[in-house]
Amino acid sequence: MDLLRVLVTDDELGMRLGVTRTLRGFTVQVPDVEDEIGFVVEEADSGEAALEKIRRGPPHILFLDHKMPGISGLDVLEATQDLQSEMLTIMITAYASIETAVQATKRGAYDFLAKPFTPDELRNTIRKAATRLALARQARKLAEEKRQVRFQFIRVLGHELKAPLNAVEGYLRMLQEGRLGDRLPAYAEPVERSLLRIEGMRKLVADLLDVTHIESGQRRRQLETTDLTAVARTVLETFAPEAAGRGIEIALHAAEPVRLTADRGEIEMILNNLISNAIKYNGDGGRVDVRLTRADERVTIAVSDTGIGLTPEESARLFGEFVRIRNDKTQNILGSGLGLSIVKKLACLYGGDATVTSQPGAGSTFTVVLAESPNPPPAPPRTP
Amino acid sequence: MNTVLQKRQVLLVDDDSDFLWQQKVQLEAEGFEVVTAVGEADAKQKLAERHPDLAVIDVMMDNPDTGFTLCYYIRKVAPEIPLILVTSIVSETGLDFALASDNDRAWIRADALLAKPIRFEQLRREIDRLLPRDTLATAASAAH
Repeated sequence: MDLLRVLVTDDELGMRLGVTRTLRGFTVQVPDVEDEIGFVVEEADSGEAALEKIRRGPPHILFLDHKMPGISGLDVLEATQDLQSEMLTIMITAYASIETAVQATKRGAYDFLAKPFTPDELRNTIRKAATRLALARQARKLAEEKRQVRFQFIRVLGHELKAPLNAVEGYLRMLQEGRLGDRLPAYAEPVERSLLRIEGMRKLVADLLDVTHIESGQRRRQLETTDLTAVARTVLETFAPEAAGRGIEIALHAAEPVRLTADRGEIEMILNNLISNAIKYNGDGGRVDVRLTRADERVTIAVSDTGIGLTPEESARLFGEFVRIRNDKTQNILGSGLGLSIVKKLACLYGGDATVTSQPGAGSTFTVVLAESPNPPPAPPRTP
Repeated sequence: MNTVLQKRQVLLVDDDSDFLWQQKVQLEAEGFEVVTAVGEADAKQKLAERHPDLAVIDVMMDNPDTGFTLCYYIRKVAPEIPLILVTSIVSETGLDFALASDNDRAWIRADALLAKPIRFEQLRREIDRLLPRDTLATAASAAH
């Protein structure tokens, strides 16, 4: 339970005791906030005593009587105005005086409670204040978490961009220092590998732009009736040379047409990533099967390969950002580690999901479900 | 047994195949025998199969700290193998580890730490320092 400190400032003992008694054991549950909120009550019998306590450590909620023998409630408000804290002040006023209310509000009072008040009125007032405090805290916490996620993302990105730079620099130095002798053909492999790493880096930058576009929500989506079979056929054509070069057979199994209200660019991104992976992680002479089906307002894209497959642990991590499965079978395969996180984000935009089933050594099937929705959400989901 | 021409064997562990290729080619040109491994499990397997004279290990592989844990492992199973850690962590995070203080040496179980990108000469220098040419020759002649 989250405990909020309450300071009751009133020169009347009866009033202080009343508040203390009413709040004893009272708890508040705020929607969307996990912890229940309870209260610890302290008392001050004058404005001076209250200021002293506030200086030592401001409470979360301050009940402040307006009219007291020494310095008044308004003076206390004035003195605590510059306080850098989340403290909310509730003025206790004997008369419903508009003038006092205006003055108090100017000096930062959060709410008013008119004397005499019932326990229920007190509880309602404090519930309102506690809810506001809890939501403000929640918002700060979320902002901090988001900052951490971005920080982590940029750090990993830095690593992923530097690795290819280091590799290319290493090859260039070998060339510069003539490490492989004086004959140019000896450097064919370093040049080939350098070009590959540069291509990988270019892909990373492209994927990164895709991620930022999706996350910013600023890319204008053009949702229109799209034939996924036609899109798939175009995407497959672009991969045909690469697949043929490695003896991989690709087959499309789909009705003509398979329609969905969708952004064509997004569908291309999904298919590009899935099919590119299915080829990259396949064995020479393997198979890739692309299946498109529509049922109950949902389109399912399933891409199966006969590649290296994944362990259950690997499958569980796979859709995160910059996750690449590293082992001796994947060490020469280039990837940004962003492709599947992009697929997952896009699937979420369509109220769907991306999943994988796999058998190590036998192959994997990636399944993306996209829902038909007349009013798709404009804002993208948060990064998981 | 003829051990005079026995080559010094280096185990290279890194998940970047280009780094492995570059160092391997250059070390072989200098007369070393090179064994490569792409991660922790692979490195442990290679260690079980043969006994390298020295290991060069990248820090961030399967996990961000794989290199450190692998060093601990090697220190336990083969404490006599000198270890060189290679990492780009220093330049990326601003975390400043060096093997300069006793505190660092207490938790980083390596004999040398090199920041990526490394120049081959740096690596060569550290290998020469940790694996003087005459130690093996002495060991070889002692075996006669």
